[in-house]
Amino acid sequence: MNKPVRQALFSALLVWAVAYPIFGLKLAFAGVTLQVHGASASTLGLIAGASVLLFLRVLFAEPLGRLRKGSGKPWVPPRVSNYLTLPSTQRWGLVALVALAFVWPFFGSRGAVDTATLILIYVMLGLGLNIVVGLAGLLDLGYVGFYAVGAYSYALLSHYLGLGFWECLPIAGLLAALFGLLLGFPVLRLRGDYLAIVTLGFGEIIRIFLRNLTSITGGPNGISNIEKPTFFGLSLERRAADGAQTFHQFFGLDYNPAHKVVYLYLIALLLALVALFVINRLLRMPIGRAWEALREDEIACRALGLNPTVIKLSAFTLGAAFAGFAGSFFAARQGLITPESFTFIESAIILAIVVLGGMGSQLGVVLAAIVMILLPELMREFSDYRMLMFGALMVLMMVWRPQGLLPMQRPHLELRQ
Amino acid sequence: MPDTFHYLQQLVNGLTVGSTYALIAIGYTMVYGIIGMINFAHGEVYMVGSYVAFIVLAGLAMLGIHSLPLLMVASFACAIVVTSAYGYSIERVAYRPLRGSNRLIPLISAIGMSIFLQNAVQLSQGSGNWAIPNLLPGNFSFGPGGNQEVMVSYMQVVVFVVTLLAMAGLTLFISRSRMGRACRACAEDMKMANLLGIDTNSVIALTFVIGAALAAVAAVLLSMQYGVINPYAGFLVGLKAFTSAVLGGIGSIPGAMLGGLVLGVAEAFGADVFGDQYKDVVAFGLLVLVLLFRPTGILGRPEIEKV
Repeated sequence: MNKPVRQALFSALLVWAVAYPIFGLKLAFAGVTLQVHGASASTLGLIAGASVLLFLRVLFAEPLGRLRKGSGKPWVPPRVSNYLTLPSTQRWGLVALVALAFVWPFFGSRGAVDTATLILIYVMLGLGLNIVVGLAGLLDLGYVGFYAVGAYSYALLSHYLGLGFWECLPIAGLLAALFGLLLGFPVLRLRGDYLAIVTLGFGEIIRIFLRNLTSITGGPNGISNIEKPTFFGLSLERRAADGAQTFHQFFGLDYNPAHKVVYLYLIALLLALVALFVINRLLRMPIGRAWEALREDEIACRALGLNPTVIKLSAFTLGAAFAGFAGSFFAARQGLITPESFTFIESAIILAIVVLGGMGSQLGVVLAAIVMILLPELMREFSDYRMLMFGALMVLMMVWRPQGLLPMQRPHLELRQ
Repeated sequence: MPDTFHYLQQLVNGLTVGSTYALIAIGYTMVYGIIGMINFAHGEVYMVGSYVAFIVLAGLAMLGIHSLPLLMVASFACAIVVTSAYGYSIERVAYRPLRGSNRLIPLISAIGMSIFLQNAVQLSQGSGNWAIPNLLPGNFSFGPGGNQEVMVSYMQVVVFVVTLLAMAGLTLFISRSRMGRACRACAEDMKMANLLGIDTNSVIALTFVIGAALAAVAAVLLSMQYGVINPYAGFLVGLKAFTSAVLGGIGSIPGAMLGGLVLGVAEAFGADVFGDQYKDVVAFGLLVLVLLFRPTGILGRPEIEKV
């Protein structure tokens, strides 16, 4: 047998070895004893089909490769993609999006506005993580920990001290930033991959503490009945607490639960826009330039007299602060938070948003957040397969388009050959 | 002194768990030593191994085979073959196309792979726990009796012995065989090894396969000892094993073995002092402390950053 045939046979066998034991056989209980049953014929057919396909793919790898090279046209013509990623285009795109975002909820359905609010929370989180991962190049896998700190600080302050959302928002941001500073201080001397694992560990530690400090945080049951934000002291509920006025009484409107949904959406939009604006400005300050310089080459940065620890720490702290804002808003929107809202998978989703958008690109983050949250909402009937596709998408994206949907572009000149 | 026996008991338990961490940690450390990336999906390979072990055990029980050595050999063999296939395929699909790109990119692809595998197994085998009764009940006990006793279960002895055999086999393979020498050469300098005619692609694939096979051994042992598996078990065990690898000095095989044992013992004592629910906090706390005071781990060599 010649080499391609052997390789192709090997690949086909590999498909069986990988797929058959896990998908072709199913564990089942018969009483208390464990039994194994074969899966349905269609599953076996699928495995067989996949192995045949891979067999052919490997057997004809060379002609296929030549074919692809022949029609090697990029998916988007370079001029269009170049235009789309220019900073000025991105700016105008943003202005148009913002105008649209402020207007549509007054015409949209309640469910759609609610989903949009969720998207905006992820936009905020993505923008915050984008500082850490996209700009400063520090892989933080425990970002959800700061999100949890923000959410729990609002929930606890409101629960124990009776503080409102607007007082707690800055406090939650500050507390999360403080956590970022405290955790960042020891770990930021570490190299990239170590940093990733240590932050992952920290995220888990925060969750373990939230789950086990039952007397303070309510343990696995979390905290419920968290107050919704007020509009300059006016509650948007049907009835206000004693002494306070409600929004619909004050303006002489009929009570409409949609008011609350739209109001929450507008707060989220405002917070996301503030985050977008602040980060956009920071990028043009020396500190923002330093973040990117550090991402590109740490040794060169040191040689130029930049202090890597301070720069990394600032990125880490700021990122954490945005997670804190997002977290306190999340708590206010849900009204109920439990430690299970802050698992590693949440960190992975936020990271996927940053990566999918194109690391460092702000418009990319917004776009990716919309794609990542909207797609699963639209594909409700496939909801079982949601995380499966999500994992596969992360791998495929890295293999095919590691620079993301809308990579960041600096103003630059190109030399023509 | 009753305390002495209590501590000895914790030591035994810690060493048992630690030796399986060490087996999994070797997978992390070998891959890191050769291509400098964290194989985040390694914990999922472990999980797949434990499912294969359960399927084999349940299948053989249905056929009426109850001889323990046969059950063990069959589950080891099947788990090793299947996870090796997984290790190879993961490398081929998710890492090989990304070789030589920015460090973050393979790591993110690895996280995606890990999420994919976890959910694939969950979809096909259900998200609940599967349990089997203890295959090898009974234990040795040492000490005068009553409270003053150290119990070592037969299963713990099996775990120890198999782990030691696997590690000895690996050490021999790496230090004596031709392929092992190629592995060491690649860890030293991949480009030079390639120039000298070593097929680096197959060496890298081999490291993934060896790591996966050792994870399968650990999976069979741990799932027989605890008797319970679920699709999410790989995440935490993988994280602990990675912690062990870092603890011992990532890239160093003896380091991974030592790190696993240290972590297992530290966890056992930590759980004893702070309560079982804070066991994981102890493990990560230890990781942070080691990285702070000795970033290269216990046996690691300092890495020189080159321009």
